[in-house]
Amino acid sequence: MNKLIISSSPHQHSDISTSKIMLTVIISLIPAVAASGTFFGVRAIVLIAVCCASCVLFEYLSRKVMNRPQTIGDLSAALTGILLALNLPVTLPFWMAITGSFIAIVIVKQLFGGLGQNFANPAIVARIVLMLSFTGPMTTWAIPKYWASSAFSETSVIVNSNTVFTGATPLVSGAASLNDLFIGNTGGCLGETSALALLIGGLILIFTRVISPSTPVAYIGTFALLTWISGGDVPYQILSGGLFLGAFFMATDYVTTPINVKGKIIFGIGCGVTTFIIRNYANYPEGVSFSILLMNILTPYIDMITRTKPLGTRKKSKEVKTDVQ
Amino acid sequence: MSNFKELTKGLIKENPTLVGLLGMCPTLAITTTAINGIGMGLATTFVLVCSNIAISLLKNVIPKSVKLPCYIVIIAGFVTFIEMIMKGYLPELYSSLGTFLSLITVNCIILGRAEMFACKNKLIPSVLDGLGMGLGFTLSLTLMASIREIIGGGTWFGIKIPYVQSMTLFILPAGGFFVLGCIIALVNKLADKKPPEKIGCSACANASACQNKGGCDK
Repeated sequence: MNKLIISSSPHQHSDISTSKIMLTVIISLIPAVAASGTFFGVRAIVLIAVCCASCVLFEYLSRKVMNRPQTIGDLSAALTGILLALNLPVTLPFWMAITGSFIAIVIVKQLFGGLGQNFANPAIVARIVLMLSFTGPMTTWAIPKYWASSAFSETSVIVNSNTVFTGATPLVSGAASLNDLFIGNTGGCLGETSALALLIGGLILIFTRVISPSTPVAYIGTFALLTWISGGDVPYQILSGGLFLGAFFMATDYVTTPINVKGKIIFGIGCGVTTFIIRNYANYPEGVSFSILLMNILTPYIDMITRTKPLGTRKKSKEVKTDVQ
Repeated sequence: MSNFKELTKGLIKENPTLVGLLGMCPTLAITTTAINGIGMGLATTFVLVCSNIAISLLKNVIPKSVKLPCYIVIIAGFVTFIEMIMKGYLPELYSSLGTFLSLITVNCIILGRAEMFACKNKLIPSVLDGLGMGLGFTLSLTLMASIREIIGGGTWFGIKIPYVQSMTLFILPAGGFFVLGCIIALVNKLADKKPPEKIGCSACANASACQNKGGCDK
């Protein structure tokens, strides 16, 4: 009967949905997941699966308890799980990883109202909480392909992770060739070591227009510039640590970063400056997660000062108070 | 009956920390171990009872215009007293509480009870009020400190608890805020408190940045 539907604008729709965007991001993370499996063995893949499954489970349970419509179908919880796992070292006990999933999904995301309402990136906060709580296990970096040099088989490590040979992260030791850093053949978190895999994923996201290049470019650019000015080893500093993972996958989260390009650039520059300061002058060796969290908190204010002016409007000389109470 | 009510109201219903949100500074700062929590709570209870006694006895002597300085002098006197005693007999607790012991003087709970209760009521109700409020403060501090110590340090009153992997975050300030928030939520749930029906923009901290100005006024 009603063939003619009259509604207000917008009239043109794209077929992009939340679950499609999340799926694209998950696909673009496949190279990083594959790299972590290559360098850190079966346990890395198991750890990613545990994080992913526990995040989805916590999302399901908390929506159920709070009597809200189920949202596990939008894949955001699965993505959070993968991102969290990529931020953890391979030797971390599984129950700690599940604690991280609980913090990310229940405390950071669902207590604030679910996807779109969280003020900070769930995976980042979970990583920081785990880092501050279990500093020892969180900074135990396995040597890549540890099974080659140890007497234990690749699969026995899944149960008993204490047997893995460990070394320092290249960010601290400063002893890794640039080639190894680029490919990912160094110690570190699951997903942060291979710059190549992250770069492939980031380029997929940029070419499918899921993320705009402005944040990663501003972030990495600012950090490189500051390192160069201070006389640091620019390629080494960029390739080591979690800079690529943070810049492409964490600092571009839709919910917790500014909306328009000007804001995104400010966000990236802020992240770059903070990361540089933390890496060089603070107690912690790595500052990517802290810098993104700090800028997450500033995001509403960045959005406020970079609000787009509607075409043809003039700036009000003074705001008239209408809500007299 | 009414005297008994003065004593019990401070425990849960009008708990100074969890319902009144007073005395946040010691609540967050010193609740890293259960011993600290109970020591701080009892020291504050002592000062609270003594200052309530003194103020309710002197309520007709103190002139209205200088009542705040007078209250502070009375409270500070008792704080100095408990500080000296603690330094002499419990030197370990004294050093772990540090400057927060002297800061009992400016604890809002004590000045609040002096201003709200002791200066208007007779001796016996004032004593019971101070005792109840002090015990409520001690209870909430000990509860919070126990949670933080067990999860954050793997010990309780200094006794090692087996099989507990400590989660250092709970000893840090962020963990303190988190535990406090959880306990307040639990107490609100137990007391069946409802959020205010009308939330206006005037009292909101985010009013200047709010996209949906006036949306909360129904």
